[in-house]
Amino acid sequence: MAVTTSSTTPRRTRLAEVTPANLRRRYLRDRVMIGLLVLATLVVLIPLLVIVWYVVSNGIQAVLEPTFWTSDLGSPARALGGRDTGLGHTVLGTLVVDGLALLIAVPIGIGAGIMLSEYPDHPLNPALRILNDTLNGMPAILKGLLAFALIVKPMGTFSGLSGGVALAFVMLPIVARATEGVLRIIPWSIREAGLALGLPRWRVVLNTVLPAARVGVVTGVLIAFARAAGEAAPLLFTAFGNNFFSSAPLRYLTGPVDTLPARLYSLAISPYREWHAMGWGAGVVLLGFVIVTFVVSRLATRQRHQADM
Amino acid sequence: MERANATTRPDTPSPPRPTDAGQGEVRAAVASEAKARLVTEGISVHYGATLGVRDVSLTFRDKTVTALIGPSGCGKTTFLRSLNRMHDLSRGVKVTGRAVLDGTDIYASGVDPVTIRRRIGMVFQKPTPFPTMSIYDNVVAGLKLVGIRDRRLLDEVAERSLRQAALWDEVKDRLKAPAAGISGGQQQRLSIARALAVEADVLLMDEPTSSLDPQSTMRIEELIHQLKDDVTIIIVTHNMQQAARVSDYTAFFYEGNLIEVSDTNTMFTNPREQRTNDYITGRFG
Ligand SMILES: Nc1ncnc2c1ncn2[C@@H]1O[C@H](COP(=O)(O)OP(=O)(O)OP(=O)(O)O)[C@@H](O)[C@H]1O
Ligand SMILES: [Mg+2]
Repeated sequence: MAVTTSSTTPRRTRLAEVTPANLRRRYLRDRVMIGLLVLATLVVLIPLLVIVWYVVSNGIQAVLEPTFWTSDLGSPARALGGRDTGLGHTVLGTLVVDGLALLIAVPIGIGAGIMLSEYPDHPLNPALRILNDTLNGMPAILKGLLAFALIVKPMGTFSGLSGGVALAFVMLPIVARATEGVLRIIPWSIREAGLALGLPRWRVVLNTVLPAARVGVVTGVLIAFARAAGEAAPLLFTAFGNNFFSSAPLRYLTGPVDTLPARLYSLAISPYREWHAMGWGAGVVLLGFVIVTFVVSRLATRQRHQADM
Repeated sequence: MERANATTRPDTPSPPRPTDAGQGEVRAAVASEAKARLVTEGISVHYGATLGVRDVSLTFRDKTVTALIGPSGCGKTTFLRSLNRMHDLSRGVKVTGRAVLDGTDIYASGVDPVTIRRRIGMVFQKPTPFPTMSIYDNVVAGLKLVGIRDRRLLDEVAERSLRQAALWDEVKDRLKAPAAGISGGQQQRLSIARALAVEADVLLMDEPTSSLDPQSTMRIEELIHQLKDDVTIIIVTHNMQQAARVSDYTAFFYEGNLIEVSDTNTMFTNPREQRTNDYITGRFG
């Protein structure tokens, strides 16, 4: 079929002609790009692996000791005298404080994220945004002070409760920001589809938008958790520290408790070799803590996704 | 671009209301037994400074299907969305005028848009399944999420709606499968089924069949015929044959204005306006 092309408008622009040489060049460029990406990944991964290996190799011995888990620390004399000593109370305290922080920060943080993303015209929205940004930029130690002023002062004692609140302050802005971010990329059409069914706004957000953003929200919570779990500063004058198991379960909330990051620090600066070893052990547990949390929540979100299928 | 708008209107002195003016035969033919379900009075929509539609007054009667036609960007979707207060959520969109559903202006203060939307359902131009829900949960979402838990009822509604939307046979064996995993056309029919499940009194359909194959399109058109007995239907379409097949009335929009409305027969055989004629005969748009 003969087609006459007018001289002014060419039928096809030949910007990128496909010739064998041209193709080879493109493949080559593709390879180089992938190579660079792999390199970048290694640059990130290698220091991480070095840290993990260093901590584990130094601390694994302490952790494998059963008394590390079953005993509390006591005074330095215990360790020096070769008697049973460990960080059982620290692990318990950390579980309580971190668990409490999650319990507070996840619902409130997600709620704040929903508010920021879904109700931009609400009169409280600007105030919330300023509050969240302020909290986000605040040094962790000041969050400890905040919890000190809010809880330790009125209660008259250091406590696991105040430690949990301090860590919640660390997590809150991260969870809120992350939630807002993921909700914003959920297509607007989903909300409209829900509203068109005559569903109230909050139902639409809770049952259609939030589930669609689930994976991103969980990621945000994990990042926040990992961040908070490693913080020692906010716990210094809230959870404070404790060398012993508490007498009653409730005392972990109402009395001073030990936490891994703070204990790690105090062990590391102590003058006793036995305590240094235990400090490395605390590092291993802390790492394990964060890794286990990551794996479990990843599996949990994956499973729910598969259940849908 | 300011245009002499009045010249395009069939009636001049009183507030322009195309359905009421110059349509004597139409009203005699159908209106006598059908009451007005939804009446718009001077609906205008602006996106910031951009005009969406201007001053549209239309009457939608019980047991009728009205087709909205017109070239792309003429304001069909914009107008349709003003009928269930879908513009409420978009910032910077201004809706003026009244839309009266069974005697109540849906834009009056104190009227809850949620109740309005339960009565005026909508099918969107693009398929919008809830991605994390199963096919089944998508269909009954409008019921389940307001607290209806009766399993038998939900099963019944799900099957009926899916059958009506011509999707049942394709999905009946995988109702629990994720809705995101079916084809685009199937997703569109799923969206239709979901809108049917809540049994609204008025159904707004924005090009519901534009992503469907001829077979499904035919089944949806049959569905529209059946539904007509219970539901007032307003359908946007680019397909003139479809408008002719399914609708009792046709309204032609152009550049944000309602140019002409009449019963579909008249519209396609003997339109009053030259521009309508040009459009339906394919001379532009
Ligand atoms: N969200 C928006 N913001 C700004 N302008 C908009 C928006 N939505 C639509 N418009 C404008 O309003 C006018 C009408 O658009 P509308 O979507 O109602 O057209 P339509 O008739 O449905 O077209 P189509 O047949 O292509 O779907 C167009 O000029 C469009 O550009
Ligand atoms: Mg449209």
